Amino acid sequence: MTLPVFEPWNDPEAKPLIEFQNVTKRFGDFTAIDDLTIGIYEREFFALLGPSGCGKTTLMRMLAGFETPTEGKIFLSGQDMAPVPPNKRAVNMMFQSYALFPHLSIWDNIAFGLKREGQSKGEIETRVSDMLRLTRLEKFARRKPHQISGGQRQRVALARSLAKAPKLLLLDEPLGALDKKLRQDTQFELMDIQEKTGTTFVIVTHDQEEAMTVASRVAVMDNGKIIQVATPADIYEAPNSTYVADFIGDVNLIEGTATPTDEDTYALHWREGAEPLTVKTATTFSDGQTAHLAIRPEKVTISAERPEDADNAVQGKILDIAYLGNISTYHVELPSGAVIKAQAANTRRIARRSYTWEDTVWLSWTATAGVLLAD
Amino acid sequence: MNRMSWFNTVSLSLGFAFLYIPMIILVIFSFNESKLVTVWAGFSTKWYGELMQNEAFLNAAWVTIKVAVFSSTIATVLGTMAAYVLVRGGRFFGRTLFSGMIYAPLVMPEVITGLSLLLLFIGIGLDRGVFTIVLAHTTFAMCYVSVVVSSRLVTFDKSLEEAALDLGCSPAEAFRLVTLPIIAPAVISGWLLAFTLSLDDLVIASFTSGPAATTLPIKIFSAVRLGVSPEINALSTIMIAIVTVGVITASLVTKHQMVRQKRDEQAAART
Ligand SMILES: Nc1ncnc2c1ncn2[C@@H]1O[C@H](COP(=O)(O)OP(=O)(O)OP(=O)(O)O)[C@@H](O)[C@H]1O
Ligand SMILES: [Mg+2]
Repeated sequence: MTLPVFEPWNDPEAKPLIEFQNVTKRFGDFTAIDDLTIGIYEREFFALLGPSGCGKTTLMRMLAGFETPTEGKIFLSGQDMAPVPPNKRAVNMMFQSYALFPHLSIWDNIAFGLKREGQSKGEIETRVSDMLRLTRLEKFARRKPHQISGGQRQRVALARSLAKAPKLLLLDEPLGALDKKLRQDTQFELMDIQEKTGTTFVIVTHDQEEAMTVASRVAVMDNGKIIQVATPADIYEAPNSTYVADFIGDVNLIEGTATPTDEDTYALHWREGAEPLTVKTATTFSDGQTAHLAIRPEKVTISAERPEDADNAVQGKILDIAYLGNISTYHVELPSGAVIKAQAANTRRIARRSYTWEDTVWLSWTATAGVLLAD
Repeated sequence: MNRMSWFNTVSLSLGFAFLYIPMIILVIFSFNESKLVTVWAGFSTKWYGELMQNEAFLNAAWVTIKVAVFSSTIATVLGTMAAYVLVRGGRFFGRTLFSGMIYAPLVMPEVITGLSLLLLFIGIGLDRGVFTIVLAHTTFAMCYVSVVVSSRLVTFDKSLEEAALDLGCSPAEAFRLVTLPIIAPAVISGWLLAFTLSLDDLVIASFTSGPAATTLPIKIFSAVRLGVSPEINALSTIMIAIVTVGVITASLVTKHQMVRQKRDEQAAART
């Protein structure tokens, strides 16, 4: 039996909840969002990832209605959002700066949106105390925002945006100020809320692990453009460019020229006099085209002897070892001066490690371990 | 605590003396028995009694207070609105001109403001009285209010209003429920400023008042021209007393609020 998979983006019948059609946003002559087209589906947990200043907040502000696109259109459930003011949109946003009302208590901050809806006193009270419990803020209900810590404030902002249970929730770095434990708990709470209520989440995060954990799809942005949108696994295993490969997680990039040798197989000539590397890929490269092999450190095996059956093997000297507890990252310098990172699980106690600084070791990987990228 | 150097002590005493000696003399002489202002003839409160009998002074005082309350209230409403539009209105045609024009009356000589208002009132055939003084005071006090309020609005975090809109407020509700409570201190000090400006304005009031209504400053000024009477000393002493009580009350209220806030904080920390 297979579980029904949730991938509406592969279903040509599905209509996206949010549609950006060639949206461009300029501030003066600075282009913050550059001709962006994207569809986000109902019940998605959509993560936006990208360097600071790439336009993530601007994208969200256009969805919430605080900025109007300079060009292009935004649709929510098929309706053009241009004439709809922020207070008439079934969208709630958690602000990156929290934007808590300083003159109201935590309780009143969370109740603010509910009171606007004209809910009854009892309903509001239950809802607010639910939210307080969820974000573990019960003790602080009577305090003012300036009387609590930064992490607590972040949770108030989260609680306030969750309280109205909107159709679409925009979270601008919702968990950045929380410690790891609380962040993980809150991530699961968010996923749980989403299961229960079917809310669509768009979340900005700087934490890749978070994006990987919670997101149904991840969009990697750069300079107002979306470089790649894919599931977390695809983003990690099959990045479409060196930019994405480099941005998500750790990666070794080896540049060379590709020569087709077999069907789907290329020889990557990466260094004068060295054996070419063998790579299998579905994308086609012309003979002599410049290409980059992107390979994750954990897919590189480190060994003292040259492995017999490896597709690719290179020799080098251990330059540095980063001990991370469960795993270690070995920085191995090749004779060419290039440094390749290889990761290995620390299955033995640290004192009995097989290799140490200055040891000569072999690095090996299979033909399918990495991806070959044009740029 | 550091002890003050003798230089600081001297300059402080001189400064205070310069500020307060004239007032102290005035207060002392208001209790003078003699009709001659400069000759001390023993303690008496008779001038206060006489002041209470003086219909003209009492009327003028009543007019002054009425004018101050109305004009400062209207000026606060209008000035706050103007400040809001100028800070938040985004770019609109003539914005620079508008903001320049709102500050112009601040630097305009009062005589010119008064004269132009007088010409206007005569031109449209408005009888001069309490109403015209209120209009005139509203006009110039509004600028001060808008300066005070807009300096607060400039530092006001706009995302708070956006958050209110996001949570379902109309722009008007966002202003009433979020912006106004937060900028309230600036609005109140704008009102107080407008109130005091109106209270002691002489120039503009003399242009725009009519025989039917005279304000206290005008009354005092014209009385003094006929010679300083102890009655005026008594009147001035009362005004000093009112202002002193006002200032002390205001600072006590602020202090009380601070204490309460601190207590809230401690109470919150305990739970
Ligand atoms: N109102 C504005 N006027 C001019 N430029 C703006 C304005 N708002 C944003 N920008 C610019 O647009 C770009 C994108 O800003 P945005 O806030 O969307 O970045 P971000 O991706 O959210 O970054 P961060 O991760 O640091 O929050 C930035 O270069 C910023 O300087
Ligand atoms: Mg941002």
